[in-house]
Amino acid sequence: MKKKVAIIDSIGSNMASLIFALKRIDVNVEVTNGISSIKEASHIILPGVGAAKNAMMRLRQKELINEISNFSQPTLGICLGMQLFMNASLEDDTECLGIISNSCKPFENQKDYPVPHMGWNKVHFNTNSKLTKNLTDGEYYYFVHSYYVPICNETIGVSRYPNDFSSVIERDNFFGTQFHPEKSGLPGEKLLENFVNL
Amino acid sequence: MDVKDGLVVKGVRFRNHKVVGDILQLAERYSNQGADELVFYDITASPEDRSVDRSWVNRVAEKINIPFCVAGGIRSIGDAEEVLNYGADKISINTPAINNPDLIDELAKRFGTQCIVIGIDSFEDGNNYKVFSNTGDPSKTSDTGLFVNDWIKEVQERGAGEIVLNCMNQDGVRDGYDIEQLKTMRSHTNIPLIASGGAGEMNHFKDVFHISDVSGALAASVFHKSIMKICELKEYLRENDIEVRL
Repeated sequence: MKKKVAIIDSIGSNMASLIFALKRIDVNVEVTNGISSIKEASHIILPGVGAAKNAMMRLRQKELINEISNFSQPTLGICLGMQLFMNASLEDDTECLGIISNSCKPFENQKDYPVPHMGWNKVHFNTNSKLTKNLTDGEYYYFVHSYYVPICNETIGVSRYPNDFSSVIERDNFFGTQFHPEKSGLPGEKLLENFVNL
Repeated sequence: MDVKDGLVVKGVRFRNHKVVGDILQLAERYSNQGADELVFYDITASPEDRSVDRSWVNRVAEKINIPFCVAGGIRSIGDAEEVLNYGADKISINTPAINNPDLIDELAKRFGTQCIVIGIDSFEDGNNYKVFSNTGDPSKTSDTGLFVNDWIKEVQERGAGEIVLNCMNQDGVRDGYDIEQLKTMRSHTNIPLIASGGAGEMNHFKDVFHISDVSGALAASVFHKSIMKICELKEYLRENDIEVRL
């Protein structure tokens, strides 16, 4: 039976590429805010582009805040979605979902390191995980972000800009990628495949 | 990729465009060969006073899994939103930004600087580099009276996240990038600057990275004419100490 992935439709607008990427790996996709259809899904994705405060406000309006931390299915946060798993973000001092105790920080503008951090960057995996199995260490993935998750116990992938930050995280059934797997060529596609096979 | 009537075309110095092939086939081919990003220009949108033809944007997003940028007559927040919702990662503005510079501020504020690319068509006229507009149709192409370095400064202040500098004199002739102009303009930019126009051999790419210090290099003819494959070019660049994704 095909896996059914629910994409939470609360934050960010550009989901076309993510939906297409999932369809290419042959899973059923539903974009939804409804808690019952989210709960029926085998896998859940929390995507996100935009500002943390606005995203949290929208999740609150949909009464999803408490639900998300109680999800028992494999759940993947992408970009801002991953950042929301933290306790807080320094972006407008936003309280986040609190699944991981860490706090998102802004990149500082430095010579040769303009903010946002945008483009292809290497990811190094520092532990074995089912999410990153069979992926080559040091391959490139596609990033677009101005805030980052500092290295923590849950960090399973590390990137550098110019300092190290978490590019992949894992805690129980919660996973996150700071990069966009749906825009990261073949390695990104493999990661999404690993995720839906969890 | 210059798009006209739903097909990819290529001209020489922005004239005499000939059909190269199908958008989706070429997008898939270049994506598989290792391109880092694809850029699609609906070249007759501005001269024909219409916005970019969007029917293919969604189909491109369906096929490829690397970032892509769409350009062509995007004049409003609504135009931009539609293109981004169809799956484009960036929008590139050229003529509409010249006609209405406030558009850059509005787009950057609404969507973030990271997805706002400003395309500049630069024509070398004696010792001056001038900004030209409506370059998709030779009969409508005109000198805007702006100097390229002034325009670069202005678009950065207004919130551009990236600049693609098309050196018109070099376009489609495969004699090499305009290394000097790009080096000069690099010194005026603090956001990514992408070189465009003139690539013909692998060493042209090496030079534009080493000497002009650009953030990226855009090319069309050499790939359309299969003079080199993107993967081979990237291996060559890596051998020459330029960091590339392989």
